[in-house]
Amino acid sequence: MDVLLFTIPVALLLGFVFLMAFLWALKNGQFDDLDGAANRVLLDDDVEDRQDDAGH
Amino acid sequence: MNAPVRDWAAFVTAGEDEDTARLDLAVEGITCAACMVEIERGLGTLPGVTRARLNLSTHRLALEWNARETGAATLIASLERLGYRAHPFDPGRRSEAELAESRMLMRALAVAAFSAMNIMLLSVSVWAGNASDMSVATRDLFHWLSALLALPAAAYAGRPFYLSAARALRAGRLNMDVPITIGVTLALALSVMQTVQHAAHVYYESAMMLLFFLLIGRWLDHNMRRRTRAFAENIAALRAETAILIGDDGGLAEVPVSAVGAGERVLVRPGERVSVDGVVADGASEIDQSLVTGETGLVEIAPGAEVYAGTLNGSGQLEIRVVAAGSGTLIEEVNRLLDNAMQAKSRYMQLADRAAGLYAPLVHGAALLTFIGWWLAGVGWQPALVIAISVLIITCPCALGLAIPAVQVVASGVLFREGVLINSGDAIERLAVADTIVFDKTGTLTLPAPEIVNADEIPAGALDGAARLALSSRHPLAAILAAAGKAKLPFDKAEEIAGSGVAAGFGDADLRLGSPAFCGAEAEAEAVAARHPTASLIAYRAGANPPVVFALEQALREDAVAVAEALRRRGLALHIMSGDRPAAVAGIAAELGIDDWRGGLKPTEKIAAIERLRAAGRNVLMVGDGLNDAPSLAAADVSLSPVTAVSVSQAVADCVFMGNRLAPVVTALDLTRRAHRIMKENLWIAAVYNFIAVPLAVAGFVTPLVAAAAMSGSSIVVTLNAWRARLGRAGLGEA
Repeated sequence: MDVLLFTIPVALLLGFVFLMAFLWALKNGQFDDLDGAANRVLLDDDVEDRQDDAGH
Repeated sequence: MNAPVRDWAAFVTAGEDEDTARLDLAVEGITCAACMVEIERGLGTLPGVTRARLNLSTHRLALEWNARETGAATLIASLERLGYRAHPFDPGRRSEAELAESRMLMRALAVAAFSAMNIMLLSVSVWAGNASDMSVATRDLFHWLSALLALPAAAYAGRPFYLSAARALRAGRLNMDVPITIGVTLALALSVMQTVQHAAHVYYESAMMLLFFLLIGRWLDHNMRRRTRAFAENIAALRAETAILIGDDGGLAEVPVSAVGAGERVLVRPGERVSVDGVVADGASEIDQSLVTGETGLVEIAPGAEVYAGTLNGSGQLEIRVVAAGSGTLIEEVNRLLDNAMQAKSRYMQLADRAAGLYAPLVHGAALLTFIGWWLAGVGWQPALVIAISVLIITCPCALGLAIPAVQVVASGVLFREGVLINSGDAIERLAVADTIVFDKTGTLTLPAPEIVNADEIPAGALDGAARLALSSRHPLAAILAAAGKAKLPFDKAEEIAGSGVAAGFGDADLRLGSPAFCGAEAEAEAVAARHPTASLIAYRAGANPPVVFALEQALREDAVAVAEALRRRGLALHIMSGDRPAAVAGIAAELGIDDWRGGLKPTEKIAAIERLRAAGRNVLMVGDGLNDAPSLAAADVSLSPVTAVSVSQAVADCVFMGNRLAPVVTALDLTRRAHRIMKENLWIAAVYNFIAVPLAVAGFVTPLVAAAAMSGSSIVVTLNAWRARLGRAGLGEA
């Protein structure tokens, strides 16, 4: 069962990393506008040369 | 015209360096994601703008720009060209603390989830190992790891409960957080003790799961309230509560109301709403005070007269010296009455706290008796303590802690969609038990703005001409006439004659709109006044045609009669208490079939009447909107305000309802009654669970595995039951 001494800390560390990632995302405001984010993914506002005919 | 410079400086906050400026705006007219693109592109491409981001959930726009290159006025003007009206948030009104608390709860929830899930993983291994061949050393390792995860996480994630329990105890009360804190603390302490002694059973996962489930309930509850409050903040911003401040040098600047101090002077132009309380320093006009006193007629005012925020100015320009509360005005009286009413309001015992008051002594008593019983039976003090604490753990108010918040969240979500915003969580319980409703008249039973009530007597075409002429007047009644006639094009050369009306030449005809005397329509006015004794009259004459008299009055909300009928069918006693003239109230009361009505009441008299009802054992719901209603809203058991109410009343009221219809009152009552029933069901479910679990625990059968299964099971049942509050829709028909 010596392998436990290795796998459990690794599992906990991975979980901890994800916890920290979530707390960072929270602090960063990633969850402030869920409706907007759902729609932004469909927008092509990063296509520079189409900006002129964008008005719809 | 000396147009005031709109001074955005009070709204703009500085960014990281001195050139960057920031502004948050509430934007009106956003319907879908396309609007978001349009706004962000439209503003983002302007010179100097570094950031334009619209929050589609809250309809708020965050702008950041270089102060050297552009300014707030330019940006807001561009936004208006795109077709969106925007209003800055008054920084004095924003609630940063709310957001901070919500994030704190979310962080606690994340930490509790991480810890609970990992401990559960370890615990399942231990339970499996106990049934097979796990060595004591491995089990101890798992227990120590669990302790390592649980103790810091519980210290961090449990703070909302510990702090609330400490507050309650200091105030000499018991709330649900007291048994939660005791349960979690004892479970962890016992587990550490068991771990040190290499024992088989520890309760880390029970303690952490308890915190996890309870935090979910707490966070949902908080988030729902924050959402409704954010909505209310948007409404306040969109109402643009600004004032035109007259500087020492005579310059004019438009500033947020919170930036105006006592002693300063404010300009109110004709047809504008007064946004501050004060005394008229210069100018004369007539004002519509219906939002403040409930009186529907216009009141003449001259220098020295008191005016209040929320009143509508007539045709004269006013200069108002702002007074603070405490200077012998109506405001002071209202504030004093409000304080009294808040203090006298017997603190409503929330259902959850009442349950906690019963629950805590019962369960803690049972645990104590268990300990004494097993100790006397001779098992030794330590096994006796373990069993006693397992009683505390299994009865830990997991289901009880979720029973009520879960229903509150579901019910307030449904109410939100039906156009009712809830200010306080326990308003649902208090609304559900209301059996008497006291209505204010003006702005509550009736619409806040007057409309033409003798439309069928007006000859065809007269309204069109009158409405076009009305465009040139700034009298409040003229604005309503113009809107009613959907007029767009004012007459050339229309001339407003102060105190009389508007005149214009059209071809060779002389057109006039104004007081009956101004239009030579005294005889017609008398006839109309006989039919509509409480209406305001405005006359119109086109050339040699006979003059026409419009009667304008606050009409009943379209569904008021149906709502009164629906409420009576539900067994509620209805009353009207108004500050308006008794004659004006009588007609409305007769139309609604409400026999208990009183008019001409002062705020103190309204409170006295409500107190009498309450002394007679009634649970009074007050529905009102005016400044004069604010103290009675606080004095009643529970209160509702329409969204058009003055801000003081909206802040005091337990709920605010949107729209022009009165139906949300019925909807709110129906939904809260159903929610209340489900809350009580949930408490019974939790109680039955305890009836089964406690004897098992007392008998010493509860292992950590049983505790975990029982706790999750009862929590899930209670939460699922809470979802039933969504089912079925409310209508005026069903009782």
